Amino acid sequence: MSGRGLSLARLGAMVVKEFIQMRRDRVTFALLIGIPIIQLTLFGFAINNDPKGLPTIVHEAESGPHGRSILSALRNSGYFDLTGEATSRAEVDRALELGRVQFAITIPVGFERALLRGESPQILIEADASDPSATGNAIAALSRITTDALAHDAGDLPVATTAPPFGLTVHRRFNPDGITQYNIVPGLIGVILTMTMVITTAMAMTRERERGTMENLLAMPVRPIEVMAGKIVPPIGMGAIQVGVVLLAARALFGVPMTGSFPALMLAVMLFIATNLCIGFTFSTVARNQLQAMQMSFFFFLPSILLSGFMFPFRGMPGWAQVIGEALPLTHFLRVVRGVMLRGNGFPEVAVNAWPMLAVLAVVTFVALNRYKQTLD
Amino acid sequence: MSAFAIDVAGLVKSFGGRRVVDDVSVRVARGEIMGFLGPNGSGKTTTIRMLCGLLKPDAGEGSCLGFDVLRQSEEIRRHVGYMTQKFSFYEDLTIAENLDFVARIFHLSDRRRRVQQTLDRLGLANRRHQLAGSLSGGWKQRLALAACIMHEPKLLLLDEPTAGVDPKARRDFWDEIHLLAAEGMTVLVSTHYMDEAERCHRIAYVAYGRKLTEGTVPEVVAGAGLSTFTLRSDAPAALARRLHGLPGVELVAPFGTLLHVSGRDRQALSASIEGLAGEGLAFTASPDQPTLEDVFILLMGQSADNFA
Repeated sequence: MSGRGLSLARLGAMVVKEFIQMRRDRVTFALLIGIPIIQLTLFGFAINNDPKGLPTIVHEAESGPHGRSILSALRNSGYFDLTGEATSRAEVDRALELGRVQFAITIPVGFERALLRGESPQILIEADASDPSATGNAIAALSRITTDALAHDAGDLPVATTAPPFGLTVHRRFNPDGITQYNIVPGLIGVILTMTMVITTAMAMTRERERGTMENLLAMPVRPIEVMAGKIVPPIGMGAIQVGVVLLAARALFGVPMTGSFPALMLAVMLFIATNLCIGFTFSTVARNQLQAMQMSFFFFLPSILLSGFMFPFRGMPGWAQVIGEALPLTHFLRVVRGVMLRGNGFPEVAVNAWPMLAVLAVVTFVALNRYKQTLD
Repeated sequence: MSAFAIDVAGLVKSFGGRRVVDDVSVRVARGEIMGFLGPNGSGKTTTIRMLCGLLKPDAGEGSCLGFDVLRQSEEIRRHVGYMTQKFSFYEDLTIAENLDFVARIFHLSDRRRRVQQTLDRLGLANRRHQLAGSLSGGWKQRLALAACIMHEPKLLLLDEPTAGVDPKARRDFWDEIHLLAAEGMTVLVSTHYMDEAERCHRIAYVAYGRKLTEGTVPEVVAGAGLSTFTLRSDAPAALARRLHGLPGVELVAPFGTLLHVSGRDRQALSASIEGLAGEGLAFTASPDQPTLEDVFILLMGQSADNFA
């Protein structure tokens, strides 16, 4: 027997013990297998930095064969999905402000005539540039479209001068300089809240259970809804402080504008905080210890950050990933916060994205209250 | 209203197919201190949890303080004080903060005065700002008791309240329990300690989920029908080895140089002891009273046999 130095027998004892414990800890085991699979799926299939088929609204102030050719050339590029037609300027603005479309194309009055006269008329392309990475490639593709669009119709047009037959004027709305921070910094509010709020309450009940105080809590005449609400109220204040810090930094350090309604944003922030806290509470009714609660929070955080449109353009993802994304509260909150800060949204626009959050809140509260057992069974 | 604070019959509870509590009936009269004894894993904690609504019995029925244990667990929670086996108040709260929390949960009127009274009554007043986590076992137990009786429950359920507490604190604790009982509180207390059992008005003994006996301590001892001899010897270990397995010898327990030898068949037992004397082993034997411990160990051995 060796008293000093490395003993293989003792090392072996440790290794065997660790293996046994690892095998018993199913959640960690599932995480070890699950994380690579999820990461592969998300990064491999869901994320796409070259989003195509972006929803585009068309406002044809005048309809003509050449305009039609140009539109189909835009569609053929793959970047523009002509999803709707606007009949007025106001409708165009509304679609952009709501974030329903990424682009709006306006063909002006007198376009056809000007084209035939060789006056090189302009088509207006407005991009929602609040997320510069979502529009970048599509805008870059425009120059090729300009030269190719009317190749078939060359016969009708005046013999080539040096200038192209028509021009495309691109307006980057909401973020004219394409500043990435304008997109990221407001989004960070949502990401930070998702991370901290879910973890806070996820630990809440498991801590009671782990420390043995749960038995006492259950033996006393306190109702599940009282326990849940009591656990949720204090962190709301914490979340509000975080939001304040990020908003101040957004203004002071990054110069992110606040173009919309601040009260509307705050209302959405409160709803979003409450939703995340309830999600965390639901985790804590399922997790058996604080480690599991942490792991579940992480499991929730990963898709939230990848599929919500925070890091990668939402519209670049395949359909199934968008469906998952729509179920995440962060996705809707990002639309609200970017909408309010960059696109000048107020209460009516915020309400559109608040409903899904409210729905998630209702579902998780229902699940949590059903999972919370008033007995130790 | 029933004369019994606890009146339950046929309680059954299984976990994963194992019957942890098997047809247990308990009746405790108002103002009585009932001791609940039994080895580890005998179902004491599970039974107590069913009484206070923390676990739903698989079968059985009855009432606590007149409230149905199956349907009125909310009322039971409000009127029963339950002290858990493991300290279950908040270690990161002070004594006063813990009591204040409990007082709020129970909607106590005149909260501050009640907390102060409770602090005074259990001698916690000058430690009120100390974190519960920094208290020694005895003080923690005092705090737990204080928190359990603050809402003046009519029934107190104590699950091994004195485990890991020094003898002085244990004695003080029992004095307090007797005071409370004298004021009309009913107490059901589970314990491993025989001396504590003897402080109870009545005791019930459970093992392997079944109640084996019940009554006052003399009743339980007499009911076992046990005869005991004390053997004095210079070599008690050798003597004990010889005694094991002899007809009539059911229990051999060493106490220093003494051996407690017990069995239910007095004739066979004394014959066996006399037979050993004839073999030339040096010892003296005298008849003695069986102790509660002798009775319990015998009961435990028997019920284990029944299970096998």
